Amino acid sequence: MLSFHLSALQVVIPLLAAPLCAIFRGPRISWLIALAVGLACAVNSLAILNQVNTSGEIIYALGGWAAPWGIEYRIDSANAFILLIISFIYLVGIFYARDSIKAEVPEHSRCWLYTAWILCFSGLSGITVSGDVFNVFVFLEVSSLSTYILISFGKDRRCLTAALRYLIMGTIAATFYLIGIGFLYALTGTLNMADLAERLPGLASQNTVAVAFGFVVLGLAIKMALFPLHAWLPNAYAYAPNAVTAFLAGTATKAAVYVFMRLAFAIFPDDFFSDLTSTHVIVLAAGIISAILTSAIAIFQDDLKRLFAWSSIGQIGYIAVGLGLASSAGVAASFLHLFNHALMKTAIFMAIGGLFITTGSTTIAALENAGRRMPWTMAAILIGGFSLIGVPFTTGFISKWYLVSAALEQNHWWLAGLILIGSLVTAAYVWKIVEIAYFRKNPDTQIVRQEAPLSLLIPTWVLVTANIYFGIDAQFTGSTATLAATAITGITP
Amino acid sequence: MKHHLILQVVAKALIPFILLFALYVQFHGDYGPGGGFQAGVIFGAAFILYGIVFGKDVAMKVVPPSLVYTTASLGVLLYTGVGVAGMLLGGEFLNYSVLSKDAVAGQHLGILLIEFGVGITVASVMIALFLSYANYRVTEPGEGE
Repeated sequence: MLSFHLSALQVVIPLLAAPLCAIFRGPRISWLIALAVGLACAVNSLAILNQVNTSGEIIYALGGWAAPWGIEYRIDSANAFILLIISFIYLVGIFYARDSIKAEVPEHSRCWLYTAWILCFSGLSGITVSGDVFNVFVFLEVSSLSTYILISFGKDRRCLTAALRYLIMGTIAATFYLIGIGFLYALTGTLNMADLAERLPGLASQNTVAVAFGFVVLGLAIKMALFPLHAWLPNAYAYAPNAVTAFLAGTATKAAVYVFMRLAFAIFPDDFFSDLTSTHVIVLAAGIISAILTSAIAIFQDDLKRLFAWSSIGQIGYIAVGLGLASSAGVAASFLHLFNHALMKTAIFMAIGGLFITTGSTTIAALENAGRRMPWTMAAILIGGFSLIGVPFTTGFISKWYLVSAALEQNHWWLAGLILIGSLVTAAYVWKIVEIAYFRKNPDTQIVRQEAPLSLLIPTWVLVTANIYFGIDAQFTGSTATLAATAITGITP
Repeated sequence: MKHHLILQVVAKALIPFILLFALYVQFHGDYGPGGGFQAGVIFGAAFILYGIVFGKDVAMKVVPPSLVYTTASLGVLLYTGVGVAGMLLGGEFLNYSVLSKDAVAGQHLGILLIEFGVGITVASVMIALFLSYANYRVTEPGEGE
C-alpha cells in the first residue's frame, strides 16, 4: 500500500510536519521534526527513483479524481532525479543546521525558521512531482513565500531588504508564469501537463501559444536567476543564515530549472523551443554570457558568500547552455550539472558557515592563514572551488565533459572554447581565495588551530566526499541524467 | 477610545451577529456561496473590530497571539489530516469518498472538514496579522532595540 502513495508522501510528510513544528514551538523539537522529515523523504525519494526505473512512470490521481479533471502527480526519470537532489540536500542541510542556526538565530524564532524550511521543502517537492501546471504555480508560491521568510532570519539586518527585493522579483516571476498558463488554459481548456502536450501541437501556429511561452519562460528565468534576471540572488544568498544559503544554493533555482525543462521540451510542441521561436538562441546566449561575465564579477567580491552567490549565477549559466543546445545530450549535461552543482555549492556554503562560526566573519580578509588554522574547512572550500573550475577527479569535470561533448556534437567549437574561458575565469576567483588562505604569510600572527565544530564539518565532508566519488565514478549520475533527459525530451541520445 | 461610547455599544451588539454570520457562511458553503476563506475572513473581522474599538490590550486578553499561532497550525493540520485519513482508509490523498460507507456522504463529510480547517486557519491568520501590526513598535534610528 505504501508504494502506491510514494509520490504523494513526498509532499504530505513535510506538509504534516510543518504545522506540528509551529504548534510545539521548541527549538530542539522543531529541529528533530525537520530532521525526521529529511530522513523519511530521502528514503522516499530513493524508493521513487527505484520504482520509476523498474516499473516506469508513477501516476497518482489526487483525491481519486482522474486527470485531466483532477490534479495528478506524475513522476518519470526526470523528476525522480530532481527529487533525489532536493531531498538529500535538504537532509544534509538540516543535519548541518542545528549548530549553525544556533549561532545565528535567536532561540525564540528558531522554531519558525524550521517551520518555514519544512514548508519550503514541501513546496519544492510539490513543484517537482506535480503533473499540473497550475498546481506547480501553487507550490512555487509555497516555496517562494517560505524562502522570503528564511532569508529574513539572517543576522545582518540587510537581509530584510534582500528578502523584500526577492519578494518583489519572485512575485513578478510567479505572475508572469501565471499569465502564461492562463493563456494556455484559455486556448486549450486544460491545465494537465500530459493533456497540454497532446493539444498544443495542433495550435502551435497561433500567436497565443507564443505569447504564453514568452511569459512562462520569462517568469521561470527570473526564478532560476538566469542572466540578466539574476539581480535578486547575490544579496539573498549573502545575507540569509549560512545553513539556509547552503540549502537554497542546492535546491531553489534547481526546481525552477526543472519546470523550465518540462515546459520547453515536454509540454510545448517538439521544435517550439528551438526552431519555431528560436528561444534556444536567447537562452544559450544568456547562459554563456552569464557563465563568463558573472564569474568575472565574482572575482571582485570581498565577501565569500557574495562571491559564491555570483558564482552560482555563473553555474546556472552553464545549465542554461545545456538547455540552449536543445538536444538530448545538452539536456543530459544540464541535469548532470544540476546534481553536481548542488553537491559542490552546498558544500562550499557549509564550509563558509563553519568559517563564520569560528572567526565570526565571511570576508575574504578573514581567510588569512585559514589554510593552516582550519585545514579541513579550507580543504572543503578548495575542493568545491576545483570542482567549479572543472578539475579532473571532481564532479565539475564530469559536468564540463558532458557539456563540451554536447556542444561539439553540434559542431559548436566556439561554444566549447567559451566554456573553457568560463573555467579560466572561475579559476581566477578560486585562486584569489587559495592565495590568501594558503600563501599569504603574516609573521606577526600566531597560528592557532581552530577548526569548525564537528557537527558542521561532518555534513560538509559528506558532500565533499560525494563530490569526489561522483567525480571519479560517474556511472550512476551519468546514466540517471541521460535517462532523465530521455524522459523529458523524448529522444534517446 | 474610552469616550467612543456609541461605537462600543454598537460593536458589542454587532460582533455576535458577525460571528454567527461567519459560521453560516462556513457551514452553508456546501449549498450556497461561501466556504472556508470567506467565513474565516468574516470571523477574523469580528475580532479585529473588537480590537480596534476596545484596544489591542483587551483584544489580546481574549485571543493571545500564541493561541492564534496554534489554531492557525491546527487548521492546516486538520486539512492534511483529512487527506491522510483518506490514504489510511484505502483511497488516494484527499479522497473523501472512502471517509464514510456511502461515497456521497463521505464527500460531504470530507469537504466540510477541509473547509473548516481552511476557516480556522484563515481566521487565525487574519487576527495574527492584525495583532502583529498593532504591536509593531517603530524604532527611530539611533534609538536602538
